[in-house]
Amino acid sequence: MRLLTHNLLACHARACTTTSNNFPLIFKDVQVELIQAEPNPDFIKGFLPKIEWNALVKTARSLGQDVLPEQSPDFSKPLNDEALLNSLHHILLEIHIMEGQMICPNCSHIYQIRSGIPNMLLAEHEINK
Amino acid sequence: MSRPEHIAPPEIFYGDVEATKYTANTRVQTIQAEMTERAVELLMLPEHRKPALILDIGCGSGLSGEILTEHGHEWIGMDISPSMLEVALERETEGDIMLADVGQGCGFRAGSFDGAISISVLQWLCNADSTSHSPAQRLSTFFTSLYSSLSRGSRAVFQFYPESDEQVKFIMTFATKAGFGGGLVVDFPNSRKAKKFYLVLWVGGEMAVGPNGETAKQELPQALMHEHEGEAGSSGPTSVKYEKRRSDRSKVKGKGKKKSGESTKDYILRKKELYRKRGKEDVPKDSRYTGRKRKDAF
Repeated sequence: MRLLTHNLLACHARACTTTSNNFPLIFKDVQVELIQAEPNPDFIKGFLPKIEWNALVKTARSLGQDVLPEQSPDFSKPLNDEALLNSLHHILLEIHIMEGQMICPNCSHIYQIRSGIPNMLLAEHEINK
Repeated sequence: MSRPEHIAPPEIFYGDVEATKYTANTRVQTIQAEMTERAVELLMLPEHRKPALILDIGCGSGLSGEILTEHGHEWIGMDISPSMLEVALERETEGDIMLADVGQGCGFRAGSFDGAISISVLQWLCNADSTSHSPAQRLSTFFTSLYSSLSRGSRAVFQFYPESDEQVKFIMTFATKAGFGGGLVVDFPNSRKAKKFYLVLWVGGEMAVGPNGETAKQELPQALMHEHEGEAGSSGPTSVKYEKRRSDRSKVKGKGKKKSGESTKDYILRKKELYRKRGKEDVPKDSRYTGRKRKDAF
């Protein structure tokens, strides 16, 4: 699982539907693998407005990556900063979480990650009806 | 037509054996590829949104994801069958995959995706595979959470195999309740084999077409037809002139109980079912002898 996906995932258990504290899921005991990916600047540019910048920076820092600036860039202007695009590409598309856990900050549900696949299944009592 | 969704729940039906068989089958591959191509076409992604981020609902072993990758899109896939995902891992698909039950809702932030596709999945959601499952509630949770995770003006395209018109209506009700607009596109409606159903749903009545906020009204795309059947299907007469009169007459006869076109056996079965539903006791069991004609007395 890449950080791109992590930046979109929120806890969807029943207890977390009425809170905004269900995001971002916190990584614990993770094993990271770097896999090179084709640069895709057009995709990154299109995806920029959807990024939760603070969450992304916080998560990247927790994994020991501090190439991203604390302050989010201005998304209303077209992004032409080559260096920033490169670091975003690296953070979003090349860092793969292979093993570990994601923990919801609100309900502390633990989502296991095995061989790069997060298990997002909920128990019966957690399903949002 | 076989209906695997009647045999077992998806995560059990697509076990290790079936998942490998499914993915290795070249016929399945071609059909899946064709349907995915068509689904991507129906998504009608505007030029400025390409490459887009697509959600693949029920991604399985990533057959449909491969097509998305070919089109240059990034995708995230979810599936309930671990075996299918394992095959996807082996095939080293480009997108991220996760183990999730769409009937529990998709846990994504609002406005995450530029579009969603789903190939041969929706019919699975209409089954109750455990006592705690209610198809109505699962469909409703699914559509509501999907609606919020799509960005405004985007589309979701579901290729599926509906069992009946009622099932289509059933699914449509929940999609509409969740706020989706859209409808059903039936490709090759007059062919038994090539006929394919696509449920095309959209978020908001306008879709973005240009980078500076230009919009166009969402419209249901044209269905595909075989060349020779273009006219017969659309403009040709669908009934013979006096057909109605005959059916009118037949309605008057009898006590008006037996539905037209219903055989005696169907009538008996329907009535017995009704009595059972009402909780009447001692309704005889259905067997192969039910409603059967007695031997002619000599």
